Amino acid sequence: MKASKVDKKTYYRGIRMIPYDLLKEVTIAMIGVLAVVLVLSAVLSSPDVPSVTLQSWSKANPVDFLTTASGELSGSTVVAGYGPPYNSGSGSAQSWGPLAPQQWAGVHIPINAPNDFVLQPLTQATAGDAELASALTSYQAASSDQQQKWLTNYTTALGTATVASDGTVTVPAGDFGPVSVLMDRMLTLARSGGLDALLLTSDHFYQTDFSRALLFLDDGGYIADLAAQQKLIGSDWGVMNETGRYPGSAWLWLYTMWYQIPPFNSSTGFLGISTANTDLAVVGVMLLLTVLLLLVPVIPGLRDIPRWIPIHRLIWRRHYAEMRHAAAQKGP
Amino acid sequence: MSDDGAPVTIDSTVTAPQSVADDETGWTASVRRRVEKTLPITELLPTKQPAYIGSWVYVFGVVTIAALFWLVISGVVLAFFGSAWWHVSSVGHFFNSTHFWSVQMFFIFMVLHLWGQFWGAGWRDGRAKTWMVGVVIFSISVGTAFTGYVIQQNFDSQWIAINAKDAINSTGFGGLFNALNFGQMYGLHVMLMPIGVTLLVVLHIIQVRAKGVVRPIDDPFQVTP
Repeated sequence: MKASKVDKKTYYRGIRMIPYDLLKEVTIAMIGVLAVVLVLSAVLSSPDVPSVTLQSWSKANPVDFLTTASGELSGSTVVAGYGPPYNSGSGSAQSWGPLAPQQWAGVHIPINAPNDFVLQPLTQATAGDAELASALTSYQAASSDQQQKWLTNYTTALGTATVASDGTVTVPAGDFGPVSVLMDRMLTLARSGGLDALLLTSDHFYQTDFSRALLFLDDGGYIADLAAQQKLIGSDWGVMNETGRYPGSAWLWLYTMWYQIPPFNSSTGFLGISTANTDLAVVGVMLLLTVLLLLVPVIPGLRDIPRWIPIHRLIWRRHYAEMRHAAAQKGP
Repeated sequence: MSDDGAPVTIDSTVTAPQSVADDETGWTASVRRRVEKTLPITELLPTKQPAYIGSWVYVFGVVTIAALFWLVISGVVLAFFGSAWWHVSSVGHFFNSTHFWSVQMFFIFMVLHLWGQFWGAGWRDGRAKTWMVGVVIFSISVGTAFTGYVIQQNFDSQWIAINAKDAINSTGFGGLFNALNFGQMYGLHVMLMPIGVTLLVVLHIIQVRAKGVVRPIDDPFQVTP
């Protein structure tokens, strides 16, 4: 008869039973864990580094902000050419051989970088600003080649821009067309906090979706610099780290580890896995490992590991000692 | 007194309902029969257990549940006062700290419990489903913790959401599960995922209590067919 089919009396035959108070054990565990949690909370508190806003970014690093904004307008940023689910680009679309789930899923959170990040917020801010309205009209009336020429000139000039103590950015003179006015107003809008609100704007009064604001932040270098200071970037095992000296998501150590080793961190790659599709490959490996963990009881070899590596001898050492003692008393 | 004024007599032969009879039919009788067979009160609240449970390994399961309890309680307080409260209130920050450390305790104990059960091959003798439900609980807990991290409304939330989006997008689920959408993540974190974890933990406990603690490895099992 299979052990799983017998009643407990039969199953535990020969096993010494001892008094057991379940509710007492649960109560002690509750009190003990609460005590530990309260002490840790009182002594160590918890991390809470303030969030970055477009306002704080534009004040702390206006040149980086303007470089990003002009990049969004020219459509040259990562998000502008990201691919699904944001747009029809392919810059960040990952695949492995014929597997291309990101492309298969298509666009579900439409992002048009020039329009959503720059032109639309500026259009909403034109009230009482004839110069901005005129610049927008001029820009949109120009050909695509002309727009790109102005933006290229402006971005190049930003490389030698100077920042005054009041945050004013002075860009060397050049053929920028209306772009200098547009970028000047973008900076003003961001520094006032208005851009934070405008990137949240949708058809609804209540706002809970921060996709556009976060994607704009992601295209800049400012938030990544702050993350690097906190040891949160990928090469620092950033996924499992927390700001400050607090423990982070330590349970993600295995997931994070794959990002640190070849072929996942290799540009040349192996078996089609490289930095071009690291995320897809790592998620795939973790899914496979999770399924294996789930099915350990039915996979020969895997389910035998605990028998081969006898750590159970430590777990039940007193029980095995009792068995040996009983056998010795019984004699041959 | 009865309606007609006659004194009411109590039939002393009538007692509390006993176990459902084998010949009783209907959905209720069927479910009761199944429950009585699977999890009688003697197994749900046992007063005796095998002596071999006197090992530290068996502590990790119950302390995981204790950490989950305090995790839920502190989460309920945080949810009640709103997502921004703990940033502006010292009391709120303390409750956030208890939530934070409860999470850490929960995962530490759960992983120790998982390793303990692995090295003891806790899936033996018909306990495979118990192991599998445990692995599912662990997986959903990781997802629940993730949604918690991205709704903190601080720098960590921003950075984690920005980075995680690429991994989620690569799988094709970015449109369905948008880490940058606070509203979606909040709903998942305070409602759906905790309910899922809690229900599965209840199921896991029922499985453990119904089957009992597995015998040690290489402990000769003798059953007469």
